[in-house]
Amino acid sequence: MKHIWKYFLAGLLCMTTVCGAFAQDSPSPADAAAAVTEAAATAATAAAEAAKPFEKDADYVELVKAQGDHAYAFDFFTTSMLWTVIAAALVFIMHLGFATLESGLTQSKNTVNILFKNVFIISMGLLTYAFVGFNTHYPGDFNGFFSLGGPIGDLNADGGDTFGYGGLALAMTGYGDFIFQAMFAATAATIVSGAVAERVKLLPFLVFATLLVGLAYPVVGSWHWGGGWMGKLNGGNGFKDFAGSAVVHAFGGFAALACVLILGPRKGKYVDGTIRPIPGHSMPLAAIGVFLLFFGWFGFNGGSVLSAAPGPLGLVFTTTTLAACAGAISAIVVSWVWFKKPDLSMALNGILAGLVGITANADIVSAMGSIMIGLIAGVIVVVSIVFFDKIKIDDPVGAISVHGVCGIWGILAAAIFENGSNDLTIMGQLIGVLAVGAAAFLFSFTVFFVIKMTVGVRVTEEEEEKGLDLSEHGQEAYPDFVANK
Amino acid sequence: MKKIEAIIKPFKLEEVKDALGDLGLEGMTVTEVKGFGRQKGHTEIYRGSEYTVDFLPKIKLEIVVNDSVAGQAVEAIGKAAKTGKIGDGKVFVMAVEEALRIRTDEKDDKAV
Repeated sequence: MKHIWKYFLAGLLCMTTVCGAFAQDSPSPADAAAAVTEAAATAATAAAEAAKPFEKDADYVELVKAQGDHAYAFDFFTTSMLWTVIAAALVFIMHLGFATLESGLTQSKNTVNILFKNVFIISMGLLTYAFVGFNTHYPGDFNGFFSLGGPIGDLNADGGDTFGYGGLALAMTGYGDFIFQAMFAATAATIVSGAVAERVKLLPFLVFATLLVGLAYPVVGSWHWGGGWMGKLNGGNGFKDFAGSAVVHAFGGFAALACVLILGPRKGKYVDGTIRPIPGHSMPLAAIGVFLLFFGWFGFNGGSVLSAAPGPLGLVFTTTTLAACAGAISAIVVSWVWFKKPDLSMALNGILAGLVGITANADIVSAMGSIMIGLIAGVIVVVSIVFFDKIKIDDPVGAISVHGVCGIWGILAAAIFENGSNDLTIMGQLIGVLAVGAAAFLFSFTVFFVIKMTVGVRVTEEEEEKGLDLSEHGQEAYPDFVANK
Repeated sequence: MKKIEAIIKPFKLEEVKDALGDLGLEGMTVTEVKGFGRQKGHTEIYRGSEYTVDFLPKIKLEIVVNDSVAGQAVEAIGKAAKTGKIGDGKVFVMAVEEALRIRTDEKDDKAV
């Protein structure tokens, strides 16, 4: 019976086009409709033979029916797909942001090492996502906890290149879906790379990062986005994590915490019970990184609308921006009052805190709600960074606080500040984010511990003093004074 | 010949350079250096933790002159580099045995 919709749709498409083209000089739409019926029938028969019907076509048919000659259904699909790939490119730029932020907040002798890790993670992350990640992340029907997927096939096949792939709710093609999600995947491992910077042994970390991004991230992600057990949370309404405060950011933050606990602090950071700051070598690089992350976040959150639906898209852009700004302002105020000096690195972390905080809920909070979320995130991140430093957990870039702690906040904020139509509970949200955090922590702790016991995870003291650029890579980031032959 | 070695505040370099230029001295070598004297260092703050920076940025200026102008040059440097506040720096003068201008093979007084 669904074939009928296909004929109807094709007919309407032709009608819409023809009526639009002849609107000026065709006084009788009925005649025009009659004229195209034959052509439409021929085309539709051919189309019906070639393509299978798709359930979600019905959404578009309804849209066309409701809107008649002015139907924007096909424009909507094309525009949405275009927005999705632009958003994917914006998320890609976030990896440059991470690379410059991390190298800016660490010492110049470790810059090549940081950049190398970031190059590896984005490249390996995208490849593993094609091999196992995507189909593990989105397994279709599964037990809700674990389903290992294989490599992606031809995502354009079986209507994957039409709106039949995801209907109105996921207005993109199969490849659009893949590339957008793939850009997210590498983020989790990149978060860890900042926290373990300046003392982690390169090859063991790369092995760990590959397992984290290739296996752990999509498995945990499938619990929520893949239709897994988290759909039962909040009294059956499902866990709310719009763009990944939990399944991307808290996941990365807690993986980072596990790795830092196993790795220990940088040499010279905590001496005789005092904290000896190790200032980053380039605040300009750090600032560039945060602005790039802010920019990329428009794709991260905006693309997570999963279509170019005008209403949600405008709201998400607005809430994302306001939360980031509020995070910066509150982090500035708190650090200025607390430390007596305005600290740029804290202001930058405040922006990121606001962004992570709004990521879970950008589509269900008001503008004023997003400002509250950002303000609170900015306070949390400063307190959290100082707290982790006090208990001697050395995180050079503040990744655990920004992504882990503020990730939890974003998830809870969804229940606190939502617009009232989502029936979220704080407990349901808490269970979800703690499950994600615990899974990331346990996986990372186990794998990193096994690596530590076998080949080791940390460079020697001499190598650390010399800098990883020279000891691991035999290269310098800034070889200004090397005499040229 | 005398070599004058002056440690000065970085922002005073321009004035010192001009003062030496007024004496007709045609060259000098400067280096960015770090150090401290009675001034000691200062404290900085990074991500909520204070720390002391012992070595402060200074400029080391080196110039070799004929004996006849050495006194004037030292005086000019001292005058131009002075702020009256702690950390203004020091000037040292030492004897130089030989000098060679590489391009022309001129020696000693003619070479400086």
